[in-house]
Amino acid sequence: MVKFDIFKHELVPKARILSKEEVENLKKTYGIKKEQLPWIRKNDPMCRALGAKPGDVLMIIRKSEIAGEAISYRYVVPW
Amino acid sequence: MVDEKIINKLLENYENLMPKKLIEELRNKLVKIDANEEKLKEIIEKTYREYINALIEPGEAVGTVSAQSIGEPGTQMTLRTFHYAGVREFNVTLGLPRLIEIVDAKKVPSTPTMIIRLDEEHKYSLEKAKEVASRIERITIENIAKSIEFDMINSSFIIEIDEEIARDKGITKEYIVKILERLKIGEISIEGNKIIISCSISSPDKIKKLREKILGLKLKGVKGIKRVLIQKEGNEYVIYTDGSNLAGVLRVKGIDPYKVYTNNIFEIAEVLGIEAARAAIIREAYHVLEQQGLDVDLRHVILIADLMTITGKIRQIGRHGVSGEKSSILARAAFEVTVKHLLEAAVHGEEDPLEGVTENVIVGQTIPLGTGMVELFMHFPKRGR
Repeated sequence: MVKFDIFKHELVPKARILSKEEVENLKKTYGIKKEQLPWIRKNDPMCRALGAKPGDVLMIIRKSEIAGEAISYRYVVPW
Repeated sequence: MVDEKIINKLLENYENLMPKKLIEELRNKLVKIDANEEKLKEIIEKTYREYINALIEPGEAVGTVSAQSIGEPGTQMTLRTFHYAGVREFNVTLGLPRLIEIVDAKKVPSTPTMIIRLDEEHKYSLEKAKEVASRIERITIENIAKSIEFDMINSSFIIEIDEEIARDKGITKEYIVKILERLKIGEISIEGNKIIISCSISSPDKIKKLREKILGLKLKGVKGIKRVLIQKEGNEYVIYTDGSNLAGVLRVKGIDPYKVYTNNIFEIAEVLGIEAARAAIIREAYHVLEQQGLDVDLRHVILIADLMTITGKIRQIGRHGVSGEKSSILARAAFEVTVKHLLEAAVHGEEDPLEGVTENVIVGQTIPLGTGMVELFMHFPKRGR
């Protein structure tokens, strides 16, 4: 069987790991610390698929009925 | 008519300022009207102002509004466990009981079901759909045996097979024998519609145990899927199941793995991640409200789903989840089990900085909401010199 790619599933939104500069920009625009973002666990299927490590920030691009496209972030935590 | 290029160029400046859907709508409307560039600019700018005005203001009590917007229509929901026969023969819990299940984050829903869509090859023919369904439906010896007895004299099990059911499910006696041989309990022979297993055990305890083991022996299918039903939707066949096992079904050939859906939110969180679980909570909760004919704005449901998944795992809204993990002692004590929280806080000598809403209502101060959100800090210039 072909390897199951969770990002193709209709319930899973697109996501990518933010670079260091992007994280800095994000922190500046919202005036927050990384830990104040919503969390995602490091062994979440999405983190495993992306290879995200604790401390990373994921940018999640959701399809939204209201806005068309909604961008959200999640901070990878080590548990 | 204006050139589409001009519109696109004008809208480009607003790409990150307004939601995509709004920009698309604006674009579709603007191509149809007759206006010069100046006018277009004005329209777009005005739309943007309207959008900014429509945004929620800082300090608005969105949580309370959400709670009331879902709670009030909730009082009109059917209280009894309403079994809705959306799919013939299937009971799916809906209404208030289901909504409670969702916000309480129950590990297993009371009626787990799955909706399985098939791949290109299998979805247009009933025969092929049945083939896939038979790979999914769990069949054990218990399902196809008329009776199972223990013959004390010859010390052997006699399994009488219901041939009609066996044929329907596509299972031969030889296949059963092959599966039974894996248990390694003794000689197996076929006599008519009976399968005889001779084994040398005599203690009633062991016989009982072995009987259970034989009855529960898996012949085919996915663990946990009790029943399947094939429905025609449009021109394709869709499989509905009683029982849910997402990880198991994903391994079955012939399904469309990217469209499998289950109403068990924890299974989704485990297999597809927290973001998918968030989407599933929204979908399930909104479906319940919609089905009951209640017109609740989707954004209230989204807020609840966000709150439930903010820590990376699913938390219930209640004592063991969202409300129980509040940092303020007074806010926790105000919710449930008051004495326990107060006592523990007293024993540990904890402090409450009175930062939330509930605490400030209790002590009778202005609550940090709306205009009360603003705090004043005095800046004292250094004296001296």
